[in-house]
Amino acid sequence: MRQVPRGSIWGLVALALCVGFGKARAQQVSRSVGAAPDYSQAEVHILPVQGNIYMLVGAGGNITVQAGNDGVLLVDTGVAPMSEKVLAAIRSISSRPIRYIINTHIHPDHTGGNEAIAKAGMTIAGGNVVGDIGASAGNQAQVIAFQTVLDRMSSSNGPQAFPQAAWPTETYTTPERKMFFDGEGIQIIHIPTAHTDGDSMVFFRRSDVISTGDIFVTNRYPIIDLERGGNIQGVIAGLNRIIDIAIPEGIAGADLQEGGTMVIPGHGRLCDVADVVFYQEMVTIIRDRIQDMINKGMTLEQVKAAKPTRDYDPRYGATSGIWTTDMFVEAVYKGLAAKPGAAGGN
Amino acid sequence: MRGTTPGKVLGILALLILGAGGGRRAAAQAPPGWANSSGEDPSGTWAPRFDEDWEERIPGPEIGDYLGLPINDAARLRGDAWDAALVELPENQCRMHGSDYGWRGPSNLHIWQDVDRATQTVIAYHTHLSAYGAEQTIWMDGRPHPPDYALHTWQGFSTGEWEGDQLVITTTHLKENWIRRNGIPRSDLATARVHLMKHGDYLTVAVIVYDPIYLTEPFIRTTDFVYNPQAQMAPWPCEPVDEVDRPAGQVPSHVGANPFLDEFPARYGIPPEAARGGAETMYPEYQLKMKQMKLLPRPAKVVPNR
Repeated sequence: MRQVPRGSIWGLVALALCVGFGKARAQQVSRSVGAAPDYSQAEVHILPVQGNIYMLVGAGGNITVQAGNDGVLLVDTGVAPMSEKVLAAIRSISSRPIRYIINTHIHPDHTGGNEAIAKAGMTIAGGNVVGDIGASAGNQAQVIAFQTVLDRMSSSNGPQAFPQAAWPTETYTTPERKMFFDGEGIQIIHIPTAHTDGDSMVFFRRSDVISTGDIFVTNRYPIIDLERGGNIQGVIAGLNRIIDIAIPEGIAGADLQEGGTMVIPGHGRLCDVADVVFYQEMVTIIRDRIQDMINKGMTLEQVKAAKPTRDYDPRYGATSGIWTTDMFVEAVYKGLAAKPGAAGGN
Repeated sequence: MRGTTPGKVLGILALLILGAGGGRRAAAQAPPGWANSSGEDPSGTWAPRFDEDWEERIPGPEIGDYLGLPINDAARLRGDAWDAALVELPENQCRMHGSDYGWRGPSNLHIWQDVDRATQTVIAYHTHLSAYGAEQTIWMDGRPHPPDYALHTWQGFSTGEWEGDQLVITTTHLKENWIRRNGIPRSDLATARVHLMKHGDYLTVAVIVYDPIYLTEPFIRTTDFVYNPQAQMAPWPCEPVDEVDRPAGQVPSHVGANPFLDEFPARYGIPPEAARGGAETMYPEYQLKMKQMKLLPRPAKVVPNR
């Protein structure tokens, strides 16, 4: 059995080093991990999901591939050094052009491949579009994301970690954007202030697959990027939205509470709604405990000392690495303690 | 459909020759995946026997009863925080038991084979439990388990092989489920090994759970069935409904201390320390240690036995 977490860890290392959770966090990552990751031995694995959908594992964050007669649509692109291997994996699924990339959020373990993979694609463009801005408009795949992803990637206030060629070419600002591609309706759903302030989930309606980005992962507590507008309440709202959309399989009138809608998490294994329910219950219970402690006037240090996650730590916790249990508790505490509207920031 | 290989033909001949000389011996030496000809084949319909662990299995375990479970602190705390109202949530009402626990329920059991037509090789066994309509496939053809990034299910992914007269099943890719139905969890990273042992008209199912997350030692327990060719495999219609009006996304749990934990040790005269479970409480010598422990006062009104 192949081990996947290495790629995921590397993706997060890239996340912390390239975009970072601030300089101090990047230094912490550097200390704990050491040299830059070597991707030469990393592999991309392809898991057929259902309908038109495949899941690529091992290139940082999970990548969702929708392949059909109209071409290829991707949800996220993994880390930059894995782009060639990701492209090779996509080519083994479909020889048709890569038309669209949807970024679930800004972090480079999900957007690092934007530049190389978008260049390998081709937008459906013609008529007035080509006439107005030239034939080059069609020379790359379109990159779609929530507006704040572009805002942050192109920000002049911070380090220019993202090359312009990796930026979204199309953004949306509404709660939801809809499109139709490869014979199915696709809903791009914005979840405000969750993992970041620019999160999107993608629901493939005919294939019945949801690609969640890092609002839902299976291998750790949810990362809440407070500096980029994340908040525990948004993560829980996102998990509840997945549960609301997903429909489990049934046989002869019996709801089996598994199967049916498939859920591709930002990191970790393929899931269905029952897995999301377990995770949502865990995150909600921890949120409720920390809120109760805040209501009792406990300080952050007191909350950490009380270990409100201790029953889930063997499964999701970490004492080292880029997202420790302490960091998670701190992010939950600060998100809950902040006045409404004060969570996150630029 | 698989083709017939020379090796398989020779195997069939060998089995027939051995079978003529003594069925039981032939079965013990049968290669994995071959139909067992000596009567140990567990196919058929079976009815449960509740002589063992009735209190835990049918009325259900008491809140805070972790006796005899080799659990760690994390599992204990999951149990402490567990609120039975969690089962009322629509997304949990029809949640079936995992294949390592489902044998414990009030279920008839049906076991049958898939046999390759050309070679008469057993490709798979299937089990169906009437509770929740849980159905497990046990692959006997030597296929590998899926990669760790594949889907986990209630029944998991199972492969089987014969060890003597026992069908030994290894299951991975399980979803989280119970160790005990009072909130003591078994994680989705656990592996289960199940031994099916047929002796006459009885079937003993021994389940060993290995859980690196919540157990400090492997946990073993047995469940018995009796052969019943008239057993009905009734349907299990289950449709989630809103049983209680509560805010969307609310998850019942004991956020602070669970006020009910002392009820079980007080009612049964068991030291509260022992009720907390742990590997030590599985072994007979622990009874000596229990004699040195303090008891809680019995409740004034004794609850009748269920």
